Amino acid sequence: MSLRTVTPPDPQTLLQGAPPRKRRQLRRAGESYGFLAPTLILLFVLMIVPIVMVIGYSFQDNVILKSSSEFAGADNYVTVLTDPAFWKATGNTVFFSTVSVAVHLVLGLTFAMLLNSPLISVTSRAIFRALYVLPWLFTAAVIAVLWRMLLSPNGIVNFLLNTDVEWLADPQLALGTVTFINIWAGYPFFMVSLLAGLQGIPQDLHEAASIDGASQVQRFWNVTIPQLRPIIISLLLLDLIWTSQQFALIWLTTGGGPIDVTEMLSTYTYKLAFANYDFSLAATAAVLILLMSLVLAVLYVRHQKARD
Amino acid sequence: MSTHRRTRSRATLLTGIATTAASIIALTACGSGGSGSEEAGGDVTIEFAQWWEPELPDGEFRSLIDTFEEENPGITVDLVSGPYASTKEQLFAGAASGTMPDVVGLDGAWVSDFAEQGVIADLTPLLEDAGFDDSQLVSQVKVDDSTYMVPVVNFVYPMFTNDDLLSQAGVSAPPETRTEFSDAAKSISDLDGDASGWVLPLSLEAPNGVQNDVMSWAWASGGTMLKDGQPDLTNDDVTSAVDFIGGMWDDGVIAPGSFTMKEQDKVEEFTNGRVGMMIDSLAHINLIRETNPDLKFSISAVPAADDYTGERGIPYASWGIGVAENSENKDAAAKLVSFLMSEDTNSELSTMANAFPGNTGSVPEFVEDDQLFKTAFDIYQAGYPANEFVGLPVAEELMRQLGAQLQSAFDGQQSLSEALEKAQTEWEGEF
Repeated sequence: MSLRTVTPPDPQTLLQGAPPRKRRQLRRAGESYGFLAPTLILLFVLMIVPIVMVIGYSFQDNVILKSSSEFAGADNYVTVLTDPAFWKATGNTVFFSTVSVAVHLVLGLTFAMLLNSPLISVTSRAIFRALYVLPWLFTAAVIAVLWRMLLSPNGIVNFLLNTDVEWLADPQLALGTVTFINIWAGYPFFMVSLLAGLQGIPQDLHEAASIDGASQVQRFWNVTIPQLRPIIISLLLLDLIWTSQQFALIWLTTGGGPIDVTEMLSTYTYKLAFANYDFSLAATAAVLILLMSLVLAVLYVRHQKARD
Repeated sequence: MSTHRRTRSRATLLTGIATTAASIIALTACGSGGSGSEEAGGDVTIEFAQWWEPELPDGEFRSLIDTFEEENPGITVDLVSGPYASTKEQLFAGAASGTMPDVVGLDGAWVSDFAEQGVIADLTPLLEDAGFDDSQLVSQVKVDDSTYMVPVVNFVYPMFTNDDLLSQAGVSAPPETRTEFSDAAKSISDLDGDASGWVLPLSLEAPNGVQNDVMSWAWASGGTMLKDGQPDLTNDDVTSAVDFIGGMWDDGVIAPGSFTMKEQDKVEEFTNGRVGMMIDSLAHINLIRETNPDLKFSISAVPAADDYTGERGIPYASWGIGVAENSENKDAAAKLVSFLMSEDTNSELSTMANAFPGNTGSVPEFVEDDQLFKTAFDIYQAGYPANEFVGLPVAEELMRQLGAQLQSAFDGQQSLSEALEKAQTEWEGEF
């Protein structure tokens, strides 16, 4: 057993303060945090505080609208998770998101490869690129109004097809129709990103594969796709996160109807908050959506880290 | 460290501190909003949040308020104007944070929720103190026997009929009974072309079609959807109205696209001559005339059940007004309410808005100048304003629930009586 001895401070250090090297380090750290502070404060105020508040609301009753809110434990979670409408909305969201993202990828890649073809002149490529990217430039409200008019029973689509189909109002067709509209609105993002990726693939790889006797299809699967893989995974994860949170397009085209066939988690939560004024349940649904999105976000971050 | 490096380092540090300080100031500025009323030197400023100013001809509402300020020196009115949806969100946020403007424009559908929260004041004692006789009011919206909203102007929903389509279908006069209506609708739908007899918007995004286009059939025959203030959707009044609509659905006389159709789509269908009849707000008369000047149309009361001879309820929507409970200047707020409800001002406001007055003695000018409005005013005076959704809790959600059940029934997934029973159960859960 040994006794620890306390060394008395050096009187010289006490007189002169911290050694210059330490001071410099402190100052450098201060500077760094000074520059980081605006971002940290904004993140805290605009992200951390609201998220913590919403999580807090999800464990209380009668929040926001009444002053007498009480701790409700997991009651709100039980209510939401046992609500058939929540699961219906979850199912619709999964269908809407996965189909949208899959078709976004196929369409985006197809158009990107067409635009990347050496058969197209530079001018034609610029014109087609501008045309194809147009849907991505419209806001959700414009897209919704546009397609509502096109697909109305008296609209141009029925006129051209010589049909009288209620594309958005028929319960059997509505989910497919809103998914189609979302696909139309979102594929340019894939197209532009994948075109940039395609243009970055060294020509040597294709040439080498050709010399080895690889066909067009083999070159696509063994050169193009592996080279695009990191971009494709990032795009898929990002698009899945965005599409699963799509609200404006659904709300403005069908409002979650007919009946409940296009009800998504976003519209379900909105209705809880702004039609039922039940902000506790809305917060609970929002937390559940956050958890689902978090899984995708973690996958995305891990993928990005792996790339780095 | 050289002097130059030290100066640069200090400058960098100062820049960092300044940026941080600026962002804190900016955030603080974002958080601190001006609110409510203030008092300085005996003068008061009251805030009046509404969606009316943007819907009225430019500057007319402000000039009306200027008149109030001239008549009441010492009171300044700060108009907080925005579209309907923004006003709604602002008021709900204000109710939650206790920063509601002194005077608020109200929709009848919000009253119950605000009254339950205790954020709007009982108007009866306030108007009494302001020397206003409330017997002049056409109607008052009450919750638990206290008046929380006064309808300033009313937009009624009569039946619009396309004269040309009706005459082509061999119908000489607008239908007055349900049987006449369904016969006329069938005749119009049977015509060559793509016209439908009637239009029924049942969108779940804006579910007010349930109020204006479904429940109006029950109210027009003196019916009700409530019993002692509680839901009563399975009674004979509602059942017969819904069965009547279901019959027309089965006959295929309702314009396609109902399940996602909104009020503006309905007006568009009628304006373009694609439907023969609709139930719609009088406020759209000028819009229809401007969009299709060649369209000949008439206005009449919503048809009643064949054997009904009593007074007809006519659906309406209101621009209502109320006073915030947290207002520090309730006296001034009550004076503004009294001013807007006074006979002359109310005539002027209803003329501006093409709406019917909330004061029994007021007569809007357009009634004397325009035959269609005169007819509508006669219908209004012959019947009574009926909108049982006014004052109900989560009124919009109630409409949405019934709308979804009706959609399910029209789609063949259940019978109409099952739809009403399920909606009844859902409504009971909300009361």
